[in-house]
Amino acid sequence: MIAELGLAALWLAAALAGLQLIAGALALTPRGASLAGVVRPVAIVQGVLALLAFAALIYLFAVTDLSVKLVAMNSHSLKPLVFRVAGAWGNHEGSMLLWVTVMGVAGGLVALVERRLPEPTMLATLAGQAFVSLGFYAFLLIASNPFERLLPVPQEGNGLNPLLQDLGLAFHPPTLYLGYVGLSIAFSFAVGALVTREVGPAFAKAMRPWVLGAWIFLTIGITAGSYWAYYELGWGGWWFWDPVENASLMPWLAATALLHSVSVLASRDALRAWTVMLGVIAFSMSMIGTFLVRSGILTSVHAFAVDPQRGSFILALLAINIGGALTLFGLRASSVTEGERFAATSREGALVFNNVMLSAILGIVLFGTLYPLLAEAMGAKVSVGPPYFNPMSALFAVPMLVVLAVGPLLRWRRDSFRRIGKEMVIPAMLVIAGVLAMVLVGGVSLLATLGFALALGLAWASVLPLKGRNLRRTPLPIWGMVTAHLGIAVSLLGMSCESAFSVEKLVAIRPGEATEVGPWQVKLDAIEPVAGPNWTALEARLLVRYGDKGRVIALEPQARSFWAPPQQTSESALLTRWNGQLYTVLGGEADQGRWQLRLWWKPFVTLIWLGGLMIALGGLLALIGRVAADIRRIVARDKIEYRRERQGRAGRYS
Amino acid sequence: MTVGTAIKAKHQRLVLLVIALVVLVAAALLAAWALRNQASYFYVPSDIVANPPEETRGVRLGGMVERGSLRTEADGVTITFVVGDGKARVPVTFKGIVPSLFVEGSGVVAEGHMGVDGTFVADNLLAKHDENYVPRQMQDMSKDQAQQVMRETK
Repeated sequence: MIAELGLAALWLAAALAGLQLIAGALALTPRGASLAGVVRPVAIVQGVLALLAFAALIYLFAVTDLSVKLVAMNSHSLKPLVFRVAGAWGNHEGSMLLWVTVMGVAGGLVALVERRLPEPTMLATLAGQAFVSLGFYAFLLIASNPFERLLPVPQEGNGLNPLLQDLGLAFHPPTLYLGYVGLSIAFSFAVGALVTREVGPAFAKAMRPWVLGAWIFLTIGITAGSYWAYYELGWGGWWFWDPVENASLMPWLAATALLHSVSVLASRDALRAWTVMLGVIAFSMSMIGTFLVRSGILTSVHAFAVDPQRGSFILALLAINIGGALTLFGLRASSVTEGERFAATSREGALVFNNVMLSAILGIVLFGTLYPLLAEAMGAKVSVGPPYFNPMSALFAVPMLVVLAVGPLLRWRRDSFRRIGKEMVIPAMLVIAGVLAMVLVGGVSLLATLGFALALGLAWASVLPLKGRNLRRTPLPIWGMVTAHLGIAVSLLGMSCESAFSVEKLVAIRPGEATEVGPWQVKLDAIEPVAGPNWTALEARLLVRYGDKGRVIALEPQARSFWAPPQQTSESALLTRWNGQLYTVLGGEADQGRWQLRLWWKPFVTLIWLGGLMIALGGLLALIGRVAADIRRIVARDKIEYRRERQGRAGRYS
Repeated sequence: MTVGTAIKAKHQRLVLLVIALVVLVAAALLAAWALRNQASYFYVPSDIVANPPEETRGVRLGGMVERGSLRTEADGVTITFVVGDGKARVPVTFKGIVPSLFVEGSGVVAEGHMGVDGTFVADNLLAKHDENYVPRQMQDMSKDQAQQVMRETK
């Protein structure tokens, strides 16, 4: 019953998306103007219906209704409730339903609150959003119906991939999806603005909170995903340049560029066409990411099902949406009038430079991710990994980071380096000191040396915009910028330290024996069997001590065996200190009663994710600042209107 | 000096566009060049024996772990085994914790490089994980080359 309700809600939502598209498009013509009033309410109801369908699916998973095929394939009644709920989006159909739900709800919210833009632009935007949604509704209803029933009803479900049965991971996909799909709003705004040729500060101000919101979720999603891969896979690495990681990094890079160019457009009315272009590209990257992940053409934990039909469906959607938007851009870009001009040495100039560098990195990542597919089409099987991605992205990231240190100190329109030269002395000295320190340490790779030195300089430079300001009266967006830029320095410092100073030890020892890794002494105390709700495990009790005088702490890495579905995972055990993490993994049994242990001491590795969270926090501060300002403005406008009305009335009666 | 003379051209947009395009094209060319040198190719044992790659080049070797070939060295963490495809055999050494599904007689993809003595030095092993995570190269090896691998891992 609930399944049918969900399906009905989904069909209805799809129908409304069709109505929204047609009404929105017709309302732009003189004859259909009367339809204009329909578009906003339809968008809101469509969002509510999509949300209803998604709620129905969550309910089916929560109660483990095995008569629904998707539940039977991907869930198991023995799983803890939180993983049963998370199972709703831990599969292809459910995740696509989440996708359209986020799209619908975001579109509904825009329809509800956005009043700044001229109404025709708004109509075109909502029609654009409906057009993109409609494609995904069709994909869901035709090629991947999440509510399909199963006969006969099985006794028990298949279970969820054990790697995915992890609390952090349960909320990783929704976070990323909010980011991916949030960018669809930027896409629709760009399309709307192109249709009506209304590209200006008002457009940028309307788009900015959505871009910021999506970007915050993407940042959190990537940070969380990186930490998950770090502790769950047990390989000790935090970024593998896996195609799926790249699929989340590419929209982030585009959104970061968009975020900055939208600021230029909002406050300086420059970079009009460029901003629109980035709006199109950012969501295109989200869709390409989805295509790569969901079509099954790539090998990954994330590739749920290999189904060529679905792959070609998403590819067709991709071609229609991206191709359509780019064609529209090509037709209209020349008629978007040129914005304000600026000198090369100016805030705008620095932002343009960073935009171009970000785009170049995006191109590098995109190219490297697609290359194996291209090569395979030509008959060669290749894989592309860190030896390509690391130096190539650094090539553009290093100049970007240098400009990132300088840019925020420059004035809008026109400035000279001489004016800010004095302030850059200390950061420059920090960079030199960083390089010298790493050279003295010796044996550190070039990238780690550069990263370390730049991180030091950037950390200092990133707080300089606060200098000479009254901190209490500094607007929140400035705080946001400083926090995010400092977060980049912190994250970069963590990456460089991890790469430069990590110590690894791989041994096989008997219970009772001890070994050392970096400053740690590690004793294997015992190996014991333990059991969980749907797994059994061998657990090693390690007694570890930092230096000679440290407290003895117990760590318990496990080798886990799940039984639904049968699979083994290794659960690493981590010990975090202020200056780094001890990372322990239990391997298999070797001969003579010895057990394999893999140990790492990773100094300052946690800074990587701390920095990531600071970047997201910076975005949040900026978002709060912007939205608060918008609300203040709306309230003020209402007050003025109220006053006018009263005066008008008073005038009538006097 | 005014803004106008700083950017002499009437169309600043055109200048920006050209700069952006130049950088992006440069990035694309660099990427293409780097990919030719850095992409790691996939080999089956008969390929790698017939035409061994340079020692500095990272490659992937896929095939079946031969039964009875798996040995653990005295340190308890280094293993050696032989990967075969029915036509050729390549000895492999690996130091580390093996994936739980890595067993004799099943498929494996080893990432690493060729050593001087014709031994493949693996940095990482990818075993058949579960139905959602079969190393892709093993799903579609050419049939006559590695039919046995296909049957085992599909």
